[in-house]
Amino acid sequence: MQFGIFSVGDVTPDPTTGRTPTEAERIQAMVTIALKAEEVGLDVFATGEHHNPPFVPSSPTTMLGYLAARTERIVLSTSTTLITTNDPVKIAEDYAMLQHLAGGRVDLMMGRGNTGPVYPWFGKDVRDGIALAVENYALLRRLWREDVVDWQGRHRTPLQGFTSTPRPLDGVPPFVWHGSIRSPEIAQQAGYYGDGFFHNNIFWPMEHTRRMVEVYRRAFERYGHGSADQAVVGLGGQVFMRANSQDAVREFRPYFDNAPVYGHGPSLEDFTEQTPLTVGSPQQVIERTLGFREQVGDYQRQLFLMDHAGLPLKTVLEQLDLLGEQVVPVLRRELDALRPAHVPDAPSHASLKAGLAPSAAAQPVGAR
Amino acid sequence: MTRRRVVVLSGGLSQPSSTRLLADRLAAATTAALSGQGVQTDLEVVELRELAHELTDALLTGFPPARLRAALDAVAAADGVIAVSPVFSASYSGLFKTFFDVLDRDALDGTPVLAAATAGSARHSLVLDHALRPLLSYLHAVVVPTAVFAAAEDWGAPGALVDRVERAARELAGLVAARRPQAAADPDADGAAFERLLAGA
Repeated sequence: MQFGIFSVGDVTPDPTTGRTPTEAERIQAMVTIALKAEEVGLDVFATGEHHNPPFVPSSPTTMLGYLAARTERIVLSTSTTLITTNDPVKIAEDYAMLQHLAGGRVDLMMGRGNTGPVYPWFGKDVRDGIALAVENYALLRRLWREDVVDWQGRHRTPLQGFTSTPRPLDGVPPFVWHGSIRSPEIAQQAGYYGDGFFHNNIFWPMEHTRRMVEVYRRAFERYGHGSADQAVVGLGGQVFMRANSQDAVREFRPYFDNAPVYGHGPSLEDFTEQTPLTVGSPQQVIERTLGFREQVGDYQRQLFLMDHAGLPLKTVLEQLDLLGEQVVPVLRRELDALRPAHVPDAPSHASLKAGLAPSAAAQPVGAR
Repeated sequence: MTRRRVVVLSGGLSQPSSTRLLADRLAAATTAALSGQGVQTDLEVVELRELAHELTDALLTGFPPARLRAALDAVAAADGVIAVSPVFSASYSGLFKTFFDVLDRDALDGTPVLAAATAGSARHSLVLDHALRPLLSYLHAVVVPTAVFAAAEDWGAPGALVDRVERAARELAGLVAARRPQAAADPDADGAAFERLLAGA
Protein backbone atom coordinates (compact mmCIF):
# COMPACT_ATOMS: atom_id res chain seq x y z
CA MET A 1 0.00 0.00 0.00
CA GLN A 2 1.32 3.41 -0.98
CA PHE A 3 0.53 6.63 0.82
CA GLY A 4 1.22 10.07 -0.49
CA ILE A 5 -0.01 13.55 -1.13
CA PHE A 6 -1.28 15.34 -4.19
CA SER A 7 -1.23 19.07 -4.73
CA VAL A 8 -3.42 21.19 -6.92
CA GLY A 9 -0.90 24.02 -6.74
CA ASP A 10 -3.50 26.70 -6.14
CA VAL A 11 -2.48 30.21 -5.12
CA THR A 12 -5.24 31.03 -2.64
CA PRO A 13 -5.41 33.85 -0.10
CA ASP A 14 -5.20 32.75 3.51
CA PRO A 15 -8.73 33.69 4.66
CA THR A 16 -7.53 34.28 8.22
CA THR A 17 -4.96 36.91 7.20
CA GLY A 18 -6.11 37.96 3.74
CA ARG A 19 -2.58 37.43 2.47
CA THR A 20 -2.03 35.80 -0.92
CA PRO A 21 1.32 34.08 -1.49
CA THR A 22 3.28 35.04 -4.58
CA GLU A 23 3.77 32.48 -7.32
CA ALA A 24 7.41 32.23 -6.28
CA GLU A 25 6.40 31.47 -2.69
CA ARG A 26 3.83 28.92 -3.76
CA ILE A 27 6.24 27.09 -6.04
CA GLN A 28 8.89 26.97 -3.32
CA ALA A 29 6.20 25.83 -0.87
CA MET A 30 5.28 22.93 -3.17
CA VAL A 31 8.94 21.90 -3.28
CA THR A 32 9.25 22.13 0.50
CA ILE A 33 6.07 20.09 0.90
CA ALA A 34 7.32 17.39 -1.47
CA LEU A 35 10.66 17.15 0.36
CA LYS A 36 8.80 16.97 3.65
CA ALA A 37 6.62 14.17 2.27
CA GLU A 38 9.73 12.07 1.69
CA GLU A 39 11.16 13.03 5.08
CA VAL A 40 8.04 11.85 6.97
CA GLY A 41 8.04 8.53 5.13
CA LEU A 42 5.35 9.01 2.50
CA ASP A 43 5.62 7.05 -0.76
CA VAL A 44 4.24 9.41 -3.40
CA PHE A 45 4.19 13.10 -4.28
CA ALA A 46 1.91 14.09 -7.15
CA THR A 47 1.46 17.51 -8.70
CA GLY A 48 -1.48 18.78 -10.70
CA GLU A 49 -1.18 20.36 -14.12
CA HIS A 50 -2.97 23.62 -14.81
CA HIS A 51 -2.69 26.30 -17.44
CA ASN A 52 -4.51 29.18 -15.83
CA PRO A 53 -4.29 31.29 -12.69
CA PRO A 54 -4.58 30.88 -9.74
CA PHE A 55 -2.57 27.68 -10.28
CA VAL A 56 1.22 27.47 -10.63
CA PRO A 57 2.07 23.96 -11.84
CA SER A 58 1.89 24.31 -15.63
CA SER A 59 5.15 22.44 -16.12
CA PRO A 60 5.06 19.25 -14.06
CA THR A 61 8.20 17.56 -15.40
CA THR A 62 10.27 20.64 -14.62
CA MET A 63 9.13 20.55 -11.01
CA LEU A 64 9.32 16.75 -10.72
CA GLY A 65 12.78 16.70 -12.35
CA TYR A 66 14.01 19.15 -9.74
CA LEU A 67 12.41 17.07 -7.00
CA ALA A 68 13.98 13.93 -8.42
CA ALA A 69 17.39 15.48 -7.84
CA ARG A 70 16.57 16.45 -4.27
CA THR A 71 14.92 13.21 -3.14
CA GLU A 72 16.02 9.62 -2.81
CA ARG A 73 13.04 7.39 -2.47
CA ILE A 74 9.66 9.02 -3.06
CA VAL A 75 7.70 8.24 -6.23
CA LEU A 76 7.00 11.34 -8.32
CA SER A 77 3.64 11.43 -10.01
CA THR A 78 0.97 13.67 -11.46
CA SER A 79 -2.61 14.48 -10.55
CA THR A 80 -3.33 14.78 -13.38
CA THR A 81 -1.45 14.90 -16.68
CA LEU A 82 -3.74 16.36 -19.32
CA ILE A 83 -3.96 13.58 -21.88
CA THR A 84 -6.44 15.66 -23.87
CA THR A 85 -4.60 18.89 -24.60
CA ASN A 86 -0.96 17.79 -24.30
CA ASP A 87 0.65 16.28 -27.35
CA PRO A 88 1.08 12.58 -26.54
CA VAL A 89 4.46 12.68 -28.27
CA LYS A 90 5.65 15.33 -25.81
CA ILE A 91 4.24 13.39 -22.86
CA ALA A 92 6.12 10.28 -24.05
CA GLU A 93 9.38 12.23 -24.34
CA ASP A 94 9.07 14.33 -21.18
CA TYR A 95 8.14 11.51 -18.85
CA ALA A 96 10.64 9.05 -20.30
CA MET A 97 13.34 11.67 -19.68
CA LEU A 98 12.02 12.23 -16.16
CA GLN A 99 11.98 8.49 -15.60
CA HIS A 100 15.71 8.27 -16.46
CA LEU A 101 16.62 11.22 -14.25
CA ALA A 102 14.55 9.91 -11.35
CA GLY A 103 15.86 6.36 -11.60
CA GLY A 104 12.41 5.00 -12.36
CA ARG A 105 10.65 6.77 -9.47
CA VAL A 106 7.95 8.08 -11.81
CA ASP A 107 4.38 7.27 -12.69
CA LEU A 108 1.55 9.35 -14.14
CA MET A 109 -2.13 9.85 -13.69
CA MET A 110 -4.02 10.74 -16.83
CA GLY A 111 -6.91 13.15 -16.67
CA ARG A 112 -8.99 15.24 -19.02
CA GLY A 113 -8.84 18.48 -17.08
CA ASN A 114 -11.86 20.46 -15.99
CA THR A 115 -11.16 23.91 -17.42
CA GLY A 116 -13.04 24.49 -20.67
CA PRO A 117 -10.87 27.23 -22.20
CA VAL A 118 -7.70 25.11 -21.90
CA TYR A 119 -8.90 23.09 -24.89
CA PRO A 120 -9.11 26.02 -27.32
CA TRP A 121 -5.91 27.52 -25.87
CA PHE A 122 -4.17 24.33 -26.96
CA GLY A 123 -6.02 24.10 -30.27
CA LYS A 124 -8.53 21.44 -29.19
CA ASP A 125 -12.30 21.23 -28.87
CA VAL A 126 -13.70 20.56 -25.40
CA ARG A 127 -16.43 18.42 -26.96
CA ASP A 128 -13.71 15.97 -28.04
CA GLY A 129 -12.55 15.44 -24.43
CA ILE A 130 -13.21 11.71 -24.20
CA ALA A 131 -12.18 11.03 -27.80
CA LEU A 132 -8.88 12.86 -27.20
CA ALA A 133 -8.25 10.91 -23.99
CA VAL A 134 -8.80 7.65 -25.86
CA GLU A 135 -6.80 8.39 -29.02
CA ASN A 136 -3.92 10.24 -27.36
CA TYR A 137 -3.42 7.57 -24.76
CA ALA A 138 -3.49 4.77 -27.34
CA LEU A 139 -0.69 6.60 -29.18
CA LEU A 140 1.25 7.31 -25.97
CA ARG A 141 1.29 3.60 -25.14
CA ARG A 142 2.69 2.74 -28.55
CA LEU A 143 5.35 5.44 -28.36
CA TRP A 144 6.66 3.90 -25.14
CA ARG A 145 6.39 0.30 -26.32
CA GLU A 146 7.38 0.36 -30.00
CA ASP A 147 10.75 1.67 -31.13
CA VAL A 148 9.45 2.92 -34.47
CA VAL A 149 5.88 4.12 -34.77
CA ASP A 150 3.77 4.70 -37.87
CA TRP A 151 0.54 6.25 -36.75
CA GLN A 152 -2.44 8.12 -38.03
CA GLY A 153 -5.38 9.44 -36.04
CA ARG A 154 -7.97 12.17 -35.99
CA HIS A 155 -6.57 14.62 -33.50
CA ARG A 156 -2.88 14.92 -34.32
CA THR A 157 -0.65 15.12 -37.35
CA PRO A 158 0.37 11.62 -38.56
CA LEU A 159 3.70 10.04 -37.65
CA GLN A 160 5.85 8.03 -40.04
CA GLY A 161 8.98 6.31 -38.80
CA PHE A 162 8.92 8.18 -35.50
CA THR A 163 11.01 7.09 -32.53
CA SER A 164 10.28 8.75 -29.19
CA THR A 165 13.50 9.38 -27.28
CA PRO A 166 14.78 8.63 -24.78
CA ARG A 167 13.33 5.12 -24.74
CA PRO A 168 11.74 4.28 -21.37
CA LEU A 169 14.23 3.36 -18.64
CA ASP A 170 15.10 -0.35 -18.84
CA GLY A 171 12.49 -0.67 -21.61
CA VAL A 172 9.76 -0.35 -18.96
CA PRO A 173 7.19 2.40 -19.57
CA PRO A 174 6.08 4.37 -16.50
CA PHE A 175 3.01 2.92 -14.82
CA VAL A 176 -0.14 4.84 -15.68
CA TRP A 177 -3.20 5.60 -13.61
CA HIS A 178 -6.35 6.99 -15.16
CA GLY A 179 -8.26 9.51 -13.12
CA SER A 180 -11.90 10.22 -13.71
CA ILE A 181 -14.64 11.37 -11.42
CA ARG A 182 -17.70 10.56 -13.47
CA SER A 183 -16.91 9.00 -16.86
CA PRO A 184 -17.40 5.23 -16.96
CA GLU A 185 -15.57 5.14 -20.32
CA ILE A 186 -12.36 6.19 -18.56
CA ALA A 187 -12.81 3.58 -15.84
CA GLN A 188 -13.25 1.04 -18.66
CA GLN A 189 -10.16 2.43 -20.41
CA ALA A 190 -8.07 1.80 -17.29
CA GLY A 191 -9.47 -1.72 -17.05
CA TYR A 192 -8.94 -2.40 -20.75
CA TYR A 193 -5.21 -1.76 -20.51
CA GLY A 194 -4.76 -3.17 -17.03
CA ASP A 195 -3.59 0.26 -15.89
CA GLY A 196 -4.45 1.76 -12.51
CA PHE A 197 -7.65 3.66 -11.81
CA PHE A 198 -7.63 6.61 -9.44
CA HIS A 199 -10.87 8.06 -8.19
CA ASN A 200 -10.42 11.51 -6.77
CA ASN A 201 -13.28 11.05 -4.40
CA ILE A 202 -12.60 14.05 -2.18
CA PHE A 203 -15.52 16.11 -3.39
CA TRP A 204 -17.93 13.22 -3.90
CA PRO A 205 -19.99 10.80 -1.84
CA MET A 206 -18.32 7.40 -1.35
CA GLU A 207 -21.27 5.61 -2.94
CA HIS A 208 -20.41 7.24 -6.27
CA THR A 209 -16.76 6.28 -5.86
CA ARG A 210 -17.74 2.71 -5.13
CA ARG A 211 -19.71 2.46 -8.38
CA MET A 212 -16.93 3.94 -10.52
CA VAL A 213 -14.33 1.60 -9.01
CA GLU A 214 -16.66 -1.30 -9.68
CA VAL A 215 -16.87 -0.35 -13.38
CA TYR A 216 -13.06 -0.35 -13.48
CA ARG A 217 -12.67 -3.66 -11.62
CA ARG A 218 -15.15 -5.38 -13.92
CA ALA A 219 -13.33 -4.16 -17.04
CA PHE A 220 -9.93 -5.18 -15.56
CA GLU A 221 -11.20 -8.72 -15.19
CA ARG A 222 -13.11 -8.78 -18.49
CA TYR A 223 -9.97 -7.88 -20.42
CA GLY A 224 -7.95 -10.61 -18.80
CA HIS A 225 -5.57 -8.77 -16.48
CA GLY A 226 -6.52 -10.76 -13.41
CA SER A 227 -9.48 -11.03 -11.09
CA ALA A 228 -11.47 -7.89 -10.29
CA ASP A 229 -10.00 -7.71 -6.79
CA GLN A 230 -6.48 -7.60 -8.24
CA ALA A 231 -7.12 -4.37 -10.13
CA VAL A 232 -5.00 -1.40 -9.09
CA VAL A 233 -7.07 1.26 -7.35
CA GLY A 234 -6.13 4.64 -5.93
CA LEU A 235 -8.23 7.05 -3.89
CA GLY A 236 -8.03 10.63 -2.78
CA GLY A 237 -8.57 11.91 0.70
CA GLN A 238 -8.71 15.24 2.40
CA VAL A 239 -7.88 15.70 6.06
CA PHE A 240 -7.05 18.29 8.66
CA MET A 241 -5.79 17.11 12.03
CA ARG A 242 -4.99 18.31 15.50
CA ALA A 243 -4.46 16.20 18.60
CA ASN A 244 -7.80 17.48 19.86
CA SER A 245 -10.54 17.19 17.24
CA GLN A 246 -12.30 20.38 18.38
CA ASP A 247 -9.09 22.31 17.74
CA ALA A 248 -8.92 20.86 14.23
CA VAL A 249 -12.48 21.94 13.47
CA ARG A 250 -11.96 25.43 14.86
CA GLU A 251 -8.71 25.98 12.96
CA PHE A 252 -9.86 24.52 9.63
CA ARG A 253 -13.34 26.08 9.46
CA PRO A 254 -12.35 29.45 7.94
CA TYR A 255 -10.31 27.62 5.28
CA PHE A 256 -13.23 25.32 4.57
CA ASP A 257 -15.80 28.12 4.47
CA ASN A 258 -13.78 30.07 1.91
CA ALA A 259 -12.19 27.21 -0.02
CA PRO A 260 -12.24 27.17 -3.80
CA VAL A 261 -14.54 24.39 -5.10
CA TYR A 262 -16.89 23.98 -2.13
CA GLY A 263 -16.58 27.19 -0.12
CA HIS A 264 -19.72 29.21 0.68
CA GLY A 265 -21.75 26.05 0.11
CA PRO A 266 -22.48 23.25 2.55
CA SER A 267 -21.41 23.47 6.17
CA LEU A 268 -18.19 21.79 7.28
CA GLU A 269 -20.31 19.29 9.20
CA ASP A 270 -22.51 18.44 6.17
CA PHE A 271 -19.55 18.15 3.82
CA THR A 272 -17.68 15.95 6.27
CA GLU A 273 -20.64 13.63 6.41
CA GLN A 274 -21.16 13.58 2.63
CA THR A 275 -17.56 13.25 1.43
CA PRO A 276 -14.31 11.70 2.69
CA LEU A 277 -13.21 15.04 4.21
CA THR A 278 -12.13 14.36 7.77
CA VAL A 279 -11.39 17.15 10.21
CA GLY A 280 -10.41 15.88 13.60
CA SER A 281 -7.86 13.80 15.47
CA PRO A 282 -5.35 11.47 13.79
CA GLN A 283 -7.38 8.57 15.17
CA GLN A 284 -10.51 9.84 13.37
CA VAL A 285 -8.54 10.08 10.14
CA ILE A 286 -7.33 6.51 10.58
CA GLU A 287 -10.84 5.20 11.16
CA ARG A 288 -12.33 7.11 8.24
CA THR A 289 -9.60 6.03 5.85
CA LEU A 290 -9.92 2.39 6.89
CA GLY A 291 -13.60 2.74 5.95
CA PHE A 292 -12.66 3.49 2.31
CA ARG A 293 -11.50 -0.10 1.92
CA GLU A 294 -14.96 -1.32 2.91
CA GLN A 295 -16.41 0.66 0.00
CA VAL A 296 -13.97 -0.09 -2.82
CA GLY A 297 -12.14 -3.22 -1.67
CA ASP A 298 -8.41 -3.60 -1.07
CA TYR A 299 -6.64 -0.77 -2.83
CA GLN A 300 -3.10 0.22 -3.59
CA ARG A 301 -2.66 3.96 -3.34
CA GLN A 302 -4.03 6.59 -0.99
CA LEU A 303 -3.23 10.22 -1.76
CA PHE A 304 -4.19 13.06 0.55
CA LEU A 305 -4.82 16.67 -0.39
CA MET A 306 -3.06 18.69 2.31
CA ASP A 307 -1.98 22.05 0.91
CA HIS A 308 -4.95 23.90 -0.51
CA ALA A 309 -7.46 26.61 0.37
CA GLY A 310 -4.77 29.03 1.51
CA LEU A 311 -3.40 26.95 4.40
CA PRO A 312 -0.02 28.42 5.38
CA LEU A 313 3.09 26.36 4.66
CA LYS A 314 3.91 26.00 8.35
CA THR A 315 0.51 24.45 9.01
CA VAL A 316 0.83 22.10 6.02
CA LEU A 317 4.21 20.89 7.28
CA GLU A 318 2.71 20.24 10.73
CA GLN A 319 -0.07 18.28 9.04
CA LEU A 320 2.51 16.20 7.17
CA ASP A 321 4.27 15.42 10.45
CA LEU A 322 0.99 14.15 11.90
CA LEU A 323 0.26 12.19 8.74
CA GLY A 324 3.68 10.60 8.59
CA GLU A 325 4.11 9.93 12.31
CA GLN A 326 0.66 9.06 13.56
CA VAL A 327 -1.61 8.12 10.66
CA VAL A 328 0.24 6.40 7.83
CA PRO A 329 2.18 3.85 9.93
CA VAL A 330 -1.09 2.62 11.44
CA LEU A 331 -2.93 2.58 8.11
CA ARG A 332 -0.04 0.80 6.44
CA ARG A 333 0.01 -1.90 9.08
CA GLU A 334 -3.77 -2.35 9.22
CA LEU A 335 -4.42 -2.29 5.48
CA ASP A 336 -1.46 -4.53 4.65
CA ALA A 337 -2.67 -7.02 7.24
CA LEU A 338 -6.18 -7.05 5.77
CA ARG A 339 -5.05 -7.45 2.17
CA PRO A 340 -5.11 -11.05 0.87
CA ALA A 341 -1.88 -12.41 -0.64
CA HIS A 342 -3.22 -12.52 -4.21
CA VAL A 343 -3.94 -8.77 -4.26
CA PRO A 344 -0.81 -7.01 -5.53
CA ASP A 345 0.89 -3.81 -4.43
CA ALA A 346 0.84 -0.83 -6.76
CA PRO A 347 3.34 -1.50 -9.56
CA SER A 348 6.73 0.17 -9.23
CA HIS A 349 9.51 0.45 -11.76
CA ALA A 350 11.25 -2.48 -10.06
CA SER A 351 8.17 -4.73 -10.09
CA LEU A 352 7.34 -3.88 -13.71
CA LYS A 353 10.94 -4.52 -14.70
CA ALA A 354 10.75 -7.91 -13.02
CA GLY A 355 7.46 -8.58 -14.83
CA LEU A 356 5.69 -9.08 -11.52
CA ALA A 357 2.78 -6.69 -11.85
CA PRO A 358 -0.44 -8.01 -13.36
CA SER A 359 -0.54 -5.14 -15.82
CA ALA A 360 2.72 -6.34 -17.33
CA ALA A 361 0.36 -8.42 -19.48
CA ALA A 362 0.43 -5.65 -22.05
CA GLN A 363 -2.34 -6.66 -24.41
CA PRO A 364 -5.96 -6.82 -23.35
CA VAL A 365 -7.74 -10.06 -24.13
CA GLY A 366 -9.76 -9.72 -27.29
CA ALA A 367 -8.13 -6.39 -28.14
CA ARG A 368 -7.77 -5.35 -31.72
CA MET B 1 -52.37 -4.55 -11.69
CA THR B 2 -49.86 -2.59 -13.75
CA ARG B 3 -48.00 0.10 -11.84
CA ARG B 4 -46.37 3.29 -13.01
CA ARG B 5 -44.28 5.85 -11.17
CA VAL B 6 -45.28 9.51 -11.43
CA VAL B 7 -43.21 12.24 -9.80
CA VAL B 8 -44.72 15.65 -9.08
CA LEU B 9 -42.32 18.61 -8.90
CA SER B 10 -43.79 21.59 -7.14
CA GLY B 11 -41.82 24.85 -7.16
CA GLY B 12 -44.12 26.86 -4.91
CA LEU B 13 -42.50 28.80 -2.08
CA SER B 14 -45.39 29.88 0.12
CA GLN B 15 -47.26 27.53 2.40
CA PRO B 16 -49.97 26.82 1.53
CA SER B 17 -49.02 27.28 -2.08
CA SER B 18 -51.29 27.62 -5.11
CA THR B 19 -48.55 25.93 -7.12
CA ARG B 20 -48.83 22.89 -4.87
CA LEU B 21 -52.63 23.14 -5.08
CA LEU B 22 -52.45 22.94 -8.88
CA ALA B 23 -49.86 20.15 -8.67
CA ASP B 24 -52.15 18.12 -6.43
CA ARG B 25 -55.10 18.63 -8.80
CA LEU B 26 -53.01 17.45 -11.73
CA ALA B 27 -51.70 14.48 -9.75
CA ALA B 28 -55.20 13.43 -8.67
CA ALA B 29 -56.58 13.74 -12.20
CA THR B 30 -53.61 11.78 -13.62
CA THR B 31 -54.00 9.04 -11.01
CA ALA B 32 -57.71 8.80 -11.81
CA ALA B 33 -57.09 8.68 -15.56
CA LEU B 34 -54.44 5.96 -15.14
CA SER B 35 -56.75 4.03 -12.85
CA GLY B 36 -59.36 4.15 -15.63
CA GLN B 37 -56.82 2.37 -17.82
CA GLY B 38 -56.14 -0.28 -15.19
CA VAL B 39 -52.86 1.29 -14.07
CA GLN B 40 -52.04 1.94 -10.43
CA THR B 41 -49.99 5.06 -9.78
CA ASP B 42 -47.07 5.27 -7.37
CA LEU B 43 -47.03 8.98 -6.72
CA GLU B 44 -44.10 10.89 -5.27
CA VAL B 45 -44.32 14.62 -4.58
CA VAL B 46 -41.09 16.63 -4.52
CA GLU B 47 -41.44 20.03 -2.86
CA LEU B 48 -38.50 22.01 -4.21
CA ARG B 49 -38.76 24.44 -1.30
CA GLU B 50 -37.59 21.70 1.04
CA LEU B 51 -34.56 21.09 -1.19
CA ALA B 52 -33.58 24.74 -1.64
CA HIS B 53 -30.40 24.52 0.45
CA GLU B 54 -29.38 21.22 -1.10
CA LEU B 55 -29.91 22.66 -4.58
CA THR B 56 -27.59 25.57 -3.81
CA ASP B 57 -25.01 23.20 -2.32
CA ALA B 58 -25.19 21.04 -5.43
CA LEU B 59 -24.53 24.06 -7.64
CA LEU B 60 -21.45 24.89 -5.57
CA THR B 61 -20.00 21.44 -4.94
CA GLY B 62 -21.05 19.66 -8.14
CA PHE B 63 -22.74 16.77 -6.35
CA PRO B 64 -26.18 16.49 -4.78
CA PRO B 65 -26.58 15.76 -1.06
CA ALA B 66 -28.44 12.53 -0.26
CA ARG B 67 -31.98 13.95 -0.03
CA LEU B 68 -31.62 15.80 -3.33
CA ARG B 69 -29.98 12.73 -4.91
CA ALA B 70 -33.07 10.74 -3.96
CA ALA B 71 -35.33 13.31 -5.65
CA LEU B 72 -33.16 13.40 -8.78
CA ASP B 73 -33.12 9.61 -8.92
CA ALA B 74 -36.89 9.52 -8.53
CA VAL B 75 -37.30 11.84 -11.51
CA ALA B 76 -34.85 9.81 -13.59
CA ALA B 77 -36.73 6.60 -12.76
CA ALA B 78 -40.22 8.10 -13.24
CA ASP B 79 -42.61 6.93 -15.96
CA GLY B 80 -44.11 10.41 -15.98
CA VAL B 81 -43.48 13.82 -14.40
CA ILE B 82 -45.79 16.68 -13.48
CA ALA B 83 -43.71 19.87 -13.28
CA VAL B 84 -45.31 22.97 -11.81
CA SER B 85 -43.60 26.32 -11.28
CA PRO B 86 -44.80 29.69 -10.10
CA VAL B 87 -44.09 32.53 -12.51
CA PHE B 88 -41.33 34.82 -11.22
CA SER B 89 -40.13 37.78 -13.29
CA ALA B 90 -41.75 36.54 -16.49
CA SER B 91 -40.38 32.98 -16.29
CA TYR B 92 -40.19 29.84 -14.14
CA SER B 93 -38.71 30.48 -10.71
CA GLY B 94 -34.97 30.26 -10.15
CA LEU B 95 -35.46 27.42 -7.69
CA PHE B 96 -37.46 25.43 -10.27
CA LYS B 97 -34.76 25.99 -12.90
CA THR B 98 -32.01 25.02 -10.46
CA PHE B 99 -33.54 21.58 -10.08
CA PHE B 100 -33.27 21.08 -13.83
CA ASP B 101 -29.76 22.53 -13.81
CA VAL B 102 -28.53 19.83 -11.46
CA LEU B 103 -30.56 17.03 -13.05
CA ASP B 104 -28.50 14.62 -15.18
CA ARG B 105 -28.83 15.68 -18.78
CA ASP B 106 -30.43 12.41 -19.91
CA ALA B 107 -32.66 11.94 -16.85
CA LEU B 108 -35.82 13.03 -18.70
CA ASP B 109 -34.92 11.57 -22.08
CA GLY B 110 -38.23 10.28 -23.49
CA THR B 111 -40.13 10.86 -20.24
CA PRO B 112 -43.69 12.18 -20.59
CA VAL B 113 -43.96 15.51 -18.76
CA LEU B 114 -46.95 17.67 -18.00
CA ALA B 115 -45.94 21.33 -17.67
CA ALA B 116 -47.95 23.70 -15.51
CA ALA B 117 -47.56 27.13 -13.95
CA THR B 118 -49.28 29.52 -11.60
CA ALA B 119 -49.27 33.30 -11.40
CA GLY B 120 -51.24 36.23 -10.08
CA SER B 121 -52.41 37.18 -13.52
CA ALA B 122 -53.32 35.40 -16.75
CA ARG B 123 -51.00 37.77 -18.61
CA HIS B 124 -48.12 35.40 -17.82
CA SER B 125 -49.69 32.30 -19.33
CA LEU B 126 -47.31 32.11 -22.29
CA VAL B 127 -44.50 31.31 -19.83
CA LEU B 128 -45.55 27.71 -20.40
CA ASP B 129 -44.76 27.89 -24.09
CA HIS B 130 -41.88 30.35 -24.00
CA ALA B 131 -40.00 29.01 -20.99
CA LEU B 132 -41.12 25.60 -19.70
CA ARG B 133 -41.62 23.91 -23.05
CA PRO B 134 -38.17 24.83 -24.48
CA LEU B 135 -36.48 23.74 -21.24
CA LEU B 136 -38.20 20.37 -21.31
CA SER B 137 -37.60 19.97 -25.05
CA TYR B 138 -33.88 20.57 -24.48
CA LEU B 139 -33.95 17.71 -21.98
CA HIS B 140 -35.67 15.50 -24.60
CA ALA B 141 -38.77 15.11 -22.48
CA VAL B 142 -42.05 14.30 -24.25
CA VAL B 143 -44.15 17.30 -23.25
CA VAL B 144 -47.89 16.65 -23.38
CA PRO B 145 -49.75 18.98 -25.77
CA THR B 146 -51.91 20.58 -23.10
CA ALA B 147 -50.06 22.68 -20.55
CA VAL B 148 -51.99 24.05 -17.60
CA PHE B 149 -51.86 27.60 -16.35
CA ALA B 150 -53.72 28.78 -13.26
CA ALA B 151 -53.99 32.49 -12.58
CA ALA B 152 -55.33 33.74 -9.26
CA GLU B 153 -58.73 34.38 -10.83
CA ASP B 154 -59.07 30.73 -11.97
CA TRP B 155 -59.42 29.60 -8.37
CA GLY B 156 -62.67 31.62 -8.17
CA ALA B 157 -64.09 30.39 -11.50
CA PRO B 158 -62.85 26.86 -11.74
CA GLY B 159 -64.88 25.49 -14.65
CA ALA B 160 -62.30 26.08 -17.39
CA LEU B 161 -59.38 25.14 -15.15
CA VAL B 162 -60.97 21.82 -14.18
CA ASP B 163 -61.55 20.94 -17.83
CA ARG B 164 -57.99 21.81 -18.71
CA VAL B 165 -56.57 19.83 -15.76
CA GLU B 166 -58.53 16.78 -16.83
CA ARG B 167 -57.57 17.07 -20.45
CA ALA B 168 -53.86 17.44 -19.64
CA ALA B 169 -54.04 14.55 -17.15
CA ARG B 170 -55.67 12.30 -19.79
CA GLU B 171 -52.89 13.12 -22.23
CA LEU B 172 -50.20 12.41 -19.64
CA ALA B 173 -51.90 9.20 -18.47
CA GLY B 174 -52.04 7.89 -22.05
CA LEU B 175 -48.30 8.36 -22.52
CA VAL B 176 -47.41 7.03 -19.05
CA ALA B 177 -49.53 3.89 -19.46
CA ALA B 178 -47.97 3.18 -22.85
CA ARG B 179 -44.44 3.61 -21.58
CA ARG B 180 -42.24 0.70 -20.63
CA PRO B 181 -41.25 0.88 -16.96
CA GLN B 182 -37.83 2.47 -16.44
CA ALA B 183 -34.80 0.52 -15.28
CA ALA B 184 -32.44 1.96 -12.71
CA ALA B 185 -29.35 3.62 -14.19
CA ASP B 186 -26.19 1.48 -14.32
CA PRO B 187 -22.95 3.35 -15.06
CA ASP B 188 -21.54 0.18 -16.64
CA ALA B 189 -24.68 -0.64 -18.64
CA ASP B 190 -22.66 -0.23 -21.81
CA GLY B 191 -19.63 -2.36 -21.04
CA ALA B 192 -18.25 -1.88 -24.56
CA ALA B 193 -18.41 1.93 -24.55
CA PHE B 194 -14.63 2.31 -24.34
CA GLU B 195 -13.85 -0.29 -26.98
CA ARG B 196 -16.17 1.45 -29.41
CA LEU B 197 -14.48 4.77 -28.71
CA LEU B 198 -11.10 3.15 -29.30
CA ALA B 199 -12.32 1.79 -32.60
CA GLY B 200 -13.28 5.35 -33.53
CA ALA B 201 -16.98 4.55 -33.83
